[in-house]
Amino acid sequence: MTIAGGRATSIPLMGRDEEPTIFELSAPGRSAARFRDQDLPEWSAHELVPADLVSEPLHLSEASERDVVGHFTRLSHRQYSVDLGAYPLGSCTMKYNPKLCDDVASLPGLANVHPAAPAHLTQGWLELLVGLGDALCEVTGMKAITLQPPAGAAGELTGLLLMRAWHEAQGRQRTKVIIPDSAHGTNPASVTLGGYDTVTVPSDERGLVDLEALKAVLDEDVAGIMLTNPNTLGLFEEEIVEIAAAVHEVGGLLYYDGANLNAILGVTRPGDMGFDIVHMNLHKTFAVPHGGGGPGAGPVAVSERLAAYLPGPVPVRTGDGTYAWSTPERSIGRVHGWHGNTLALARAWSYILLNGGDGLRRVAEGAVLNANWVREQLRGHYDIPFDRPNMHECVVSARNLKKAHGVKALDVAKRLLEEGFHSPTVYFPLIVEEALMIEPTETESPQTVAALVEALIRIAEGASEADREAPRTTPVRRVDEARAARQLIPTFDARP
Amino acid sequence: MEGSGNVAAVNVPDDLRYTTDHEWVRQEGDRVRIGITDYAQDALGDVVFVQVPTVGAPVTAGASFSEVESTKSVSDIYAPVTGEVVEVNDDLTDTPERLNEDPYGEGWICVLSVGDAAELDGLLDATAYRALIDG
Repeated sequence: MTIAGGRATSIPLMGRDEEPTIFELSAPGRSAARFRDQDLPEWSAHELVPADLVSEPLHLSEASERDVVGHFTRLSHRQYSVDLGAYPLGSCTMKYNPKLCDDVASLPGLANVHPAAPAHLTQGWLELLVGLGDALCEVTGMKAITLQPPAGAAGELTGLLLMRAWHEAQGRQRTKVIIPDSAHGTNPASVTLGGYDTVTVPSDERGLVDLEALKAVLDEDVAGIMLTNPNTLGLFEEEIVEIAAAVHEVGGLLYYDGANLNAILGVTRPGDMGFDIVHMNLHKTFAVPHGGGGPGAGPVAVSERLAAYLPGPVPVRTGDGTYAWSTPERSIGRVHGWHGNTLALARAWSYILLNGGDGLRRVAEGAVLNANWVREQLRGHYDIPFDRPNMHECVVSARNLKKAHGVKALDVAKRLLEEGFHSPTVYFPLIVEEALMIEPTETESPQTVAALVEALIRIAEGASEADREAPRTTPVRRVDEARAARQLIPTFDARP
Repeated sequence: MEGSGNVAAVNVPDDLRYTTDHEWVRQEGDRVRIGITDYAQDALGDVVFVQVPTVGAPVTAGASFSEVESTKSVSDIYAPVTGEVVEVNDDLTDTPERLNEDPYGEGWICVLSVGDAAELDGLLDATAYRALIDG
């Protein structure tokens, strides 16, 4: 096979030695800026200010501009990132984001507008938000949307508050929300925050929601169900229509966790499956960078009957072709101080326009193809607990390596760093022992996905006790996660 | 809780009773001492926090009344019987690693009073628990 790309490695960039902290680079009296020689007298603060008003020194690092820039440039080079190479972190959709979307988010006409500017001066922004909202409703099969929630978990809480408002308007006091045992950890947390009790339904031997077990817990106390489809095993919930019918029959609502939306873009829609509420992670699916703490965006789209409860104000078209802000009739109120993380929304809109409907469908097809190829290639090297066609990610298990060599999923993850790749997600979903959850995304070339697979196979074939020392070639070696959690010391000066 | 590991190396003392949620139960007169099994601590990985229950708190058989957090996940601890918390292992607050190092000894979590001793008959013996984690 002729190699075209994919073999470029980030290892040399990452360096060999641990970077000192900025405090270790400090030299007393050094500063970034130096005043030019001048005739003005120099005064000490103690000569000008009463002693009780002079505070203790802050013990900040004292470094030159040159050293500061060198320090942070080295750190940035040693940071594994989506721009550097493949980042197959399952459930997170760490895909490469086109630089065009950065350009759009940097346009002064978008970036320099104050959020309190009146609607008649921000018609372009409003048009953008209305266009994005319409496109996201089209993608999800929903009727109305709020763009306010700033992240996925914020979208989940918004969705549960909508669920509560709707039931209360029907005069119902529902108490329970059902989630499957493969759910994202944010789901039960959002349920609790939304004031409901969590009821867990098991997965069956196929890795899908056990329909009979679900029916057994459905009653008049159930407010709804939260589902991810495809689920966290990367498997499509084939009985979603039956699930929707059963939940609707007891008056419950269906909530779609959009974390895995990348798998179905342009192919199928939550609205067509029977979902009532959908949150999207624009920072996963629609070219908003993430993994560095944000800002993300977690819009929530709903079916017709829930539109009146959306957080407001929402951007709307008026009759005369202009745009305005409008608050839905029975709005649950704001879930964000302003209109959401709007520059993240602008990125998403540019990504949708760049791809169009046909391009978005190719996104899903490429993501699903890559992930299925990974699963097929890893057969025989790793256990595959639910061995059936998957969607955009596949879950394999290092259980075989643990039994034969004492090598765990964590060791495989650390070994992969030595091979120049970021690790997949490990130990999730919880129902798979020694889980490795691999999401190559559509943005990696066949050569890069092949290089990733070859690295995983090399690790499995060479598995030995020595892997517990990995990574051995990175600036920072194996960190003691347990000690870090048990004895958290967040400041440098307290470091032992 | 996760599936089977290397069962041969897992310690399952014959004199204890077990739950399907991987807790062990030691009868001490009309009270029971409980903790998590060797299998459970191995599956969880390094334990970093134990939510020690409160003395006097009522517990219901099968209901969650405590949590154990490891570097991998947070897991519920379920009451094996209905009763009341009468004694707790406060040392776990500062040394949660006891659950990994000595799950059947210094890693005990709490002592419960037992409302109905017949409930203990419903728990697994060592043979049945070994079969569970072997399956």
